[in-house]
Amino acid sequence: MADPVVFAAQPAASGAGISEQRPARWTLMAVAFIFLGVFLFLPLVLVFMEAFKKGVGFYFSALGERDTLSAIRLTLLVAVISVPLNLVFGVAMAWAIAKYEFKGKAFLTTLVDLPFSVSPVISGLVYVLLFGAQSALGPWLKSHGIEILFAVPGIVLATIFVTFPFVARELIPLMEEQGTKDEEAAISLGANGWQTFWYVTLPNVKWGLLYGVLLCNARAMGEFGAVSVVSGHIRGQTNTMPLHVEILYNDYNATGAFAVASLLAGLALVTLALKSLLEMRYGAEIAATRGH
Amino acid sequence: MQVRVANVRKEFDTFPALHDVSLEVRSGELIALLGPSGSGKTTLLRLIAGLEQPTTGRIFFGEEDASAKSIRERNVGFVFQHYALFRHMTVADNIGFGLKVRPAQTRPASAEIRKRATDLLDLVQLSGLEKRYPAQLSGGQRQRVALARALAIEPKVLLLDEPFGALDAQVRRDLRRWLREIHEATGHTTVFVTHDQEEALELADRVVVMSQGRIEQVGTADEVYDTPNSPFVYGFIGDSSSLPVRVEDDQVWLGERPIGLSAPGLPSGPGTLFFRPHDIELLDGCSGCLAGTVAASRRVAGTRRVELEIGGQRERVEIELPVDHPAAQKSRVAFRPRKWKVFPQSAIQGK
Repeated sequence: MADPVVFAAQPAASGAGISEQRPARWTLMAVAFIFLGVFLFLPLVLVFMEAFKKGVGFYFSALGERDTLSAIRLTLLVAVISVPLNLVFGVAMAWAIAKYEFKGKAFLTTLVDLPFSVSPVISGLVYVLLFGAQSALGPWLKSHGIEILFAVPGIVLATIFVTFPFVARELIPLMEEQGTKDEEAAISLGANGWQTFWYVTLPNVKWGLLYGVLLCNARAMGEFGAVSVVSGHIRGQTNTMPLHVEILYNDYNATGAFAVASLLAGLALVTLALKSLLEMRYGAEIAATRGH
Repeated sequence: MQVRVANVRKEFDTFPALHDVSLEVRSGELIALLGPSGSGKTTLLRLIAGLEQPTTGRIFFGEEDASAKSIRERNVGFVFQHYALFRHMTVADNIGFGLKVRPAQTRPASAEIRKRATDLLDLVQLSGLEKRYPAQLSGGQRQRVALARALAIEPKVLLLDEPFGALDAQVRRDLRRWLREIHEATGHTTVFVTHDQEEALELADRVVVMSQGRIEQVGTADEVYDTPNSPFVYGFIGDSSSLPVRVEDDQVWLGERPIGLSAPGLPSGPGTLFFRPHDIELLDGCSGCLAGTVAASRRVAGTRRVELEIGGQRERVEIELPVDHPAAQKSRVAFRPRKWKVFPQSAIQGK
């Protein structure tokens, strides 16, 4: 039975009870702002300042160099291949973990986190051990003329490995929370598996999916460690943007290095801006899909 | 559409949720599966729907064996306790979903789908809310939309899983009446699950009382209330009081005294006496009756519930008296149940 409606007297200032003393509040806010300022904002500003130090003309000529352009192209290519693949893998993995019961589920969930917990250098080394000249596969690959290590396929593989968890991690808690009732309803209404996924499951997770993809993309373009191990650093061929930044810097070409770095930082900023924009634009709808 | 459940058993892992259940739902009937949680009522509903597959046994829709069919092929309307409305779709899109996902040959034109959604919204008395999203509706409205969505596919059978379970009492009573009206208007064979006996008794043509994965009794509201066939049903449906008694020489005995109830035909031996607290007659003297000391007295709505300690045996029973009845003031009350039943010990232990 429901309780009768009780009109309790509400205290006028309901927040008063939990609010901190004023000095404490100011201190906490100051700490947050100073921390972000020193560790995030300042470096970002410095990157752009350094990049434009010798003027806009020099900045663009630095970006227009042949090797730099090739690094940008390669980075985009790697992202274009690895992000969609991880989108598919991530959705499949999240679906399996969130919607089905099976043995080894906990183990699988732990495995998803492996790329986050392991050092990127090791992620790269794994592929060297797997496909390198000394490996079991090495001679076979060589005799068939298949290049994986120190070539684009190796870079793509390492990037996929490192960025795999982003989409899955974002989706698993969301899908688990939503359960399978909506899917059951769709199937009971006659929808087939594909229709259920397309019309019901995907719209329910689309914002989580978008976050996952944005983060995945940012990392795919910015990954250094794993890619560095498998790439071979061949200028104009197997250098991605982060690797190229290091090479330019080691060549004492600070402006060029920071120009490329500013591009990478710009990408990160665009990602963030995009995310905030979507949140602002569709805020109400996002809140609605997060459960009502 | 008649639905027949034949000797169905369902195990989850190795835990049996249903033991050998058989049930026949008549065409056009409104039937309630009633039981406490864990009684298997929702499992039975999901088996009929095809959301679960029976471990053994068969389910027939009419003459057709539906056991091997998936929920998609069974064409049932299923209404979930928590609505399961698609939150990113408007009310109209939710209702039209089942028509929209049909294969191209049988899919109505989109104008037709829209018209059907509007008609169904009229039926569930929510006209004008086509463009709302589920989050903008109250719980009762959401459940109506969920029902309209299930009806849109013209199901053979309508299945509702605790349809009013998440709503508050007043809304629940209104929706109950309303569901009955819809049922009479559309004539669908309808099965609904509930743990609320008032809901089941008021709404259903027949009630299926379930306990621990078994069907205890199937009958009309009158049948399960007036002639419960097991101690469980007696205790579960309506209020009841019980006392451990003994049957000897066709008489019911409490301790060393017969209590004035003759039980011809009952086997001798220990048993349990059940009666309704309100269905008693008060007596002045007591030779052959139940008499007890008033231990507590509570006013409940229009009646007074009096708890009596019977004999020296520390047994307590509850009886109901009119509020202004003088007996409520006394310290000792004698009574005899008008309607009662003794279940022999073996029947109780057998469960």
